[in-house]
Amino acid sequence: MSEKTELDDAAARTDGTATHPTAPASSTGSAAATPDAPDPAGGSGGGKETEASLWADAWRSLRRNPWFLVSGALLVVIVAMAIVPQLFTSVDPGSCDLSKSRQAPSAEHWFGTDIQGCDYYTRVIHGARNSMIVGVVVSIGVFAFAVVVGLLAGYFGGWVDGLLSRITDMIFAIPYMLGALVFLNIIDTRGPIQVALVLMLFTWPTSARLMRGSVMSVVNSEYVMAAKALGAGHLTIMRRHILPNSLGPLIGYSTVFIGIIIGAEATLTFLGVGLQLPAISWGLQLTDAQSYVTSSPHLLLFPVIFVGVTVFAFMTLGDAVRDALDPKSKR
Amino acid sequence: MSLPETTSAAAGRGEDPFADAEVVLDVQNLVKHFPLTQGIVFQRRVGAVQAVDDVSFQLRRGETLGIVGESGCGKSTLAKLLMRLEDPDAGAVSFRGEDFLAAKGEHLRRLRRKIQIIFQDPYTSLNPRMSVGDIIAEPFSLHPEEKPAQGVRNRVKELLALVGLNPDHINRYPHQFSGGQRQRIGIARGLALNPDVIICDEPVSALDVSVQAQVMNLLDDLQQQLGLSYIFIAHDLSVVRHIADRVGVMYLGRLAELGTEEEIYREPSHPYTQALLSAVPVPDPTLRGQREQIVLAGDPPNPADPPSGCRFRTRCWKATDICTTQEPQLVSRPGVSQLSACHHAAPDWEVEGAPDDARRNDDSA
Repeated sequence: MSEKTELDDAAARTDGTATHPTAPASSTGSAAATPDAPDPAGGSGGGKETEASLWADAWRSLRRNPWFLVSGALLVVIVAMAIVPQLFTSVDPGSCDLSKSRQAPSAEHWFGTDIQGCDYYTRVIHGARNSMIVGVVVSIGVFAFAVVVGLLAGYFGGWVDGLLSRITDMIFAIPYMLGALVFLNIIDTRGPIQVALVLMLFTWPTSARLMRGSVMSVVNSEYVMAAKALGAGHLTIMRRHILPNSLGPLIGYSTVFIGIIIGAEATLTFLGVGLQLPAISWGLQLTDAQSYVTSSPHLLLFPVIFVGVTVFAFMTLGDAVRDALDPKSKR
Repeated sequence: MSLPETTSAAAGRGEDPFADAEVVLDVQNLVKHFPLTQGIVFQRRVGAVQAVDDVSFQLRRGETLGIVGESGCGKSTLAKLLMRLEDPDAGAVSFRGEDFLAAKGEHLRRLRRKIQIIFQDPYTSLNPRMSVGDIIAEPFSLHPEEKPAQGVRNRVKELLALVGLNPDHINRYPHQFSGGQRQRIGIARGLALNPDVIICDEPVSALDVSVQAQVMNLLDDLQQQLGLSYIFIAHDLSVVRHIADRVGVMYLGRLAELGTEEEIYREPSHPYTQALLSAVPVPDPTLRGQREQIVLAGDPPNPADPPSGCRFRTRCWKATDICTTQEPQLVSRPGVSQLSACHHAAPDWEVEGAPDDARRNDDSA
């Protein structure tokens, strides 16, 4: 847009017809002939101009992205399940009738019943909470840690970067599933928080590297130099100039990451080192289902669908958010 | 490219009108070498890129000093040194008698207010996540004691009007502006703290020609109104001629020649300057071919390993033995009114056999 505007503007000026409705009341007469033309896109009205930040732009482009709408709607439902499962089912997940063990789906029990004869629909709905806690806690924790590590390494460079990056590489070298298996195996009582902490310990390097990379891509830009030339301190530069311009990719990845962690939690629980009974979780349901795959396939099917849909929703949302926050993808 | 000559330049002045003005910036023997290292764990210093070597000049109040030179000659490094974005290896910079390089903490912050910079690329010099109002107000938030009496927002609007932008656009974001408008925003930010010196690091190189003229005229007007001193760095000779009162020509980290705009452009004494000027396109097609163009042989030498003696000698048609052994200093020389770092300095625009002999010394490199 810019070049055309300038050319048009220059042409208008040589013709002596540069009369913009928005010409400034120049208090200093001789300063600068005419203002450059206001660009056509932004000249719509004064009231809307405060809405022009890139975050607002990102929100605008998100609202038009069908993938965002689909994944957002799915997540609203799943989050509601995790917070108030009573909205979806009035049955107590603990009220089970052993005589109804492993019944196929029916009008009374939509998803059938599990081995204990509990209503499987209720159990699956109630399973959302633990998965969500693990996913969100790990993602937020890793996000915060990665921001700090990536920012310090990318901004200061030199030996700070060397030290932090080597530590990151060392953790990165350990497959997180293997590390989590070993660590969780030696913990006797494992709730969502224990599982979350162990997963955090082994999964932060990817995010930290991502953050370091995007910090390094802005740290040498001229607006950072301009701030330095004005005498801004490190904290001010990081807070005002580096962070807002480097968080986009990490925010997108962290959303995807929730999905990855939910899958990881289900896997660890399935393998017997994650959450423990009597907790209700999709992973535990999968563990129980493995012996009855042929006779009662619904026991496997429903938790798998829920895990799959949740992971899909987070990944899609993450991609949409990342694209919307990337200024290069827009123009 | 041709730009209209300013009336002041056309009026012609052999003498420097700023000779008696107060010296605001005094640069003495500034040196910056970037080390070249080898090895990953145990780094070994194998040499240094001599980006800026022994550069001295004075900038007076209200004056514009143009610095020209080809890419990689150290112009931008010089700007960063003067802003203290890089620390020099040697030399002295004093601002109105105060030692700028030794300043620390509060003293440095206070001095920084007085020296500001305008960057080359208006697309990367403004934070895309900040509104124009916030960008121009940033100097005030970093220097709270400079907060204007009429309120920051009003002052920002004044500054926008001063650089020829609509003050109502204060809430817009950089991506809503064109390149020329963005450069004006950068200028407004530079002006916010009422500086004495503005370092313009190729401020118009990224703009197209019609916008270049507007921005330069704006800089000119601001200088007259506010009594600013500029260090104007560019690789475009006509741009520098348009705005500069004095001109320094840089080659490979050193000043080759330093004099008034009139002296440098009418009577260049250093062979490098003569070659540069001969390469400026002639806008009048009927005059084309009448002036001899000096074609320099070869590329600029490696700044990590500059030639002995005169750095230009490997491409110079005047080079003799003394150029190999003795490094020419930037001093006034007989028959030349400006300072020239050439043993054979002479204001001879038409050098005998210049174009043909230009290649002669190539092998002696």
